[in-house]
Amino acid sequence: MTSPRICATSSSASGQPEMAQESWPAPAVTPFRDALAAALRRAGQIPGLATLLTLAGTVAFWEVAVRLFAVPSYLLPAPSAILGTFGVIGWDRWATHIAATLRVALMGFGLSILIAIPLAVLMMRVQILSRTLYPLLVVIQSTPVVAIAPIIIVVLGAGDAPRIVITTLITFFPLVVATATGLAATPPELIELSRSLRAPGFREMTQIRLPFAVPYIFSALKISITLAVIGAVVAEFCAAEAGVGYFIQVSTSLFKLPQAWGGLLVLAAMSLALFQTVILVQRLLFPWSLPKSR
Amino acid sequence: MAPPPAIRFDRTGQVFSARSGRVEALRDVSFEVAQHEFLAVLGPSGCGKSTLLRMIAGLLAPTSGSVEVYGRPVTGPREDIGIVFQKPTLLPWATVEENVTFPRRHKTGRVSRADRTRAQELLEMTGLEGFGKRLPDELSGGMQQRVGIARALLMDPEILLMDEPFSALDALTREVMGFDLLKMFADRPKTVVFITHSVTEAALLADRVLVMTGRPGTVQTEIAVPLGRDRGPETLKELAVNDLASHLRDLLIGKRAA
Ligand SMILES: Nc1ncnc2c1ncn2[C@@H]1O[C@H](COP(=O)(O)OP(=O)(O)OP(=O)(O)O)[C@@H](O)[C@H]1O
Ligand SMILES: [Mg+2]
Repeated sequence: MTSPRICATSSSASGQPEMAQESWPAPAVTPFRDALAAALRRAGQIPGLATLLTLAGTVAFWEVAVRLFAVPSYLLPAPSAILGTFGVIGWDRWATHIAATLRVALMGFGLSILIAIPLAVLMMRVQILSRTLYPLLVVIQSTPVVAIAPIIIVVLGAGDAPRIVITTLITFFPLVVATATGLAATPPELIELSRSLRAPGFREMTQIRLPFAVPYIFSALKISITLAVIGAVVAEFCAAEAGVGYFIQVSTSLFKLPQAWGGLLVLAAMSLALFQTVILVQRLLFPWSLPKSR
Repeated sequence: MAPPPAIRFDRTGQVFSARSGRVEALRDVSFEVAQHEFLAVLGPSGCGKSTLLRMIAGLLAPTSGSVEVYGRPVTGPREDIGIVFQKPTLLPWATVEENVTFPRRHKTGRVSRADRTRAQELLEMTGLEGFGKRLPDELSGGMQQRVGIARALLMDPEILLMDEPFSALDALTREVMGFDLLKMFADRPKTVVFITHSVTEAALLADRVLVMTGRPGTVQTEIAVPLGRDRGPETLKELAVNDLASHLRDLLIGKRAA
């Protein structure tokens, strides 16, 4: 909201930096280097091109290196071997595993949102709760989930329940902290406005504090959604009968390393897709909360 | 018996007990603001001007003395008081129109057609017609500040508290908006407490100027402005304004050097 002021000051002083740039000594460049630089600059403006080129380069180097040095596939399979497993293992099998992992990840993530946001609201409203719950949350967060996962599975038994709980445990801390921070970061003037109107307290929460926390909540959601995939995989490592994590574990135990790598690739793609979905949701529902790109 | 003044401070003090110790913000402050008077408050930074406003608004209770509005001690926030903050602090997700009607939506949960019509009037009055559907981000700082003023006027408050409302604006916009404000009050008279750092602004806009001393804030003097209400850009050229402005400047600087 202060941007117009920034604009005003920069425009009034805009003459100076430009002058400084012009008086800079121009480097002597050959026409070829000039053209190359221009081409690179233009290429840099195509979104994702640099990423794509880097990725393609890495994969190509990997393939060549594995073939050249005859690296055994249990150490490092070639990209072509990894991709080959997608042909061997049918799509229906992949779909089953992906669906299982996605289900646990999304349900754990959803549960985490359902717990974290009301909890943060409660902690905002009740000071004592905030003081007593924060240390507890930190303790939970600093306990390695991998270590408690087997215990949770023993306690909650078979089925999705223990896996969802594990995923929730791993994802909800960043959400609580970010939401609480966002709720407290509301401009004090608006809180005074709310008080001066003698408005009911819940509207201060719903009409001022929660919307102001939206950018904070979304940056935490982006972290949590990738953690949710990790949580689901950790749970599957402990006990599962399906899922991409389970698939990787079984493949490894059978020494089918290219398959395990294939599973890894699927997990990466899944995380990326989920992450992009969160960004898309923010862009569609709360466009005002995006950082200004101007 | 004469009606009570709109606002009355009687030997009012405010002491904050912060973690780092006691801060005496205001000491023995006494003054009155008559109904429909425009009072400017001038004083060095940190002398308790914002604290003063918050006490009138009922957001802060005095630690000594009393604050009265219409002859009654202030016990909490009142609905007939509007506040314009130093920063516009609008809701970034709401359109200009929604920001102006926000007080009603926040208080009652719904906005009537009458409120929307009133908002439209206020937007016209503040020179924002046609911007109702824009988001605050698409507006200049001066326009955002006008939205803040329109928002404060939605409930048609009797008393308007303005805390350095134009401090973020350039000198020219500032003058124009000051005169616009006076024009608005000519149609709908209001009791105004207007905090400012600008001696010229105080002299140009106010009926009376309250000059304060630094920490703890006390009332140094009160000065009546020898001008009628009909003011505009040509008022700037009047000798009385320049004399008063330089007098006010002397008062402020003199106290700081002492
Ligand atoms: N909530 C608070 N707790 C402790 N001290 C406070 C609090 N609010 C204000 N103060 C202190 O009271 C004094 C007056 O503050 P105030 O904001 O009213 O000054 P001001 O005159 O509005 O200053 P400025 O012109 O810079 O806005 C300051 O010294 C400030 O540190
Ligand atoms: Mg202030």
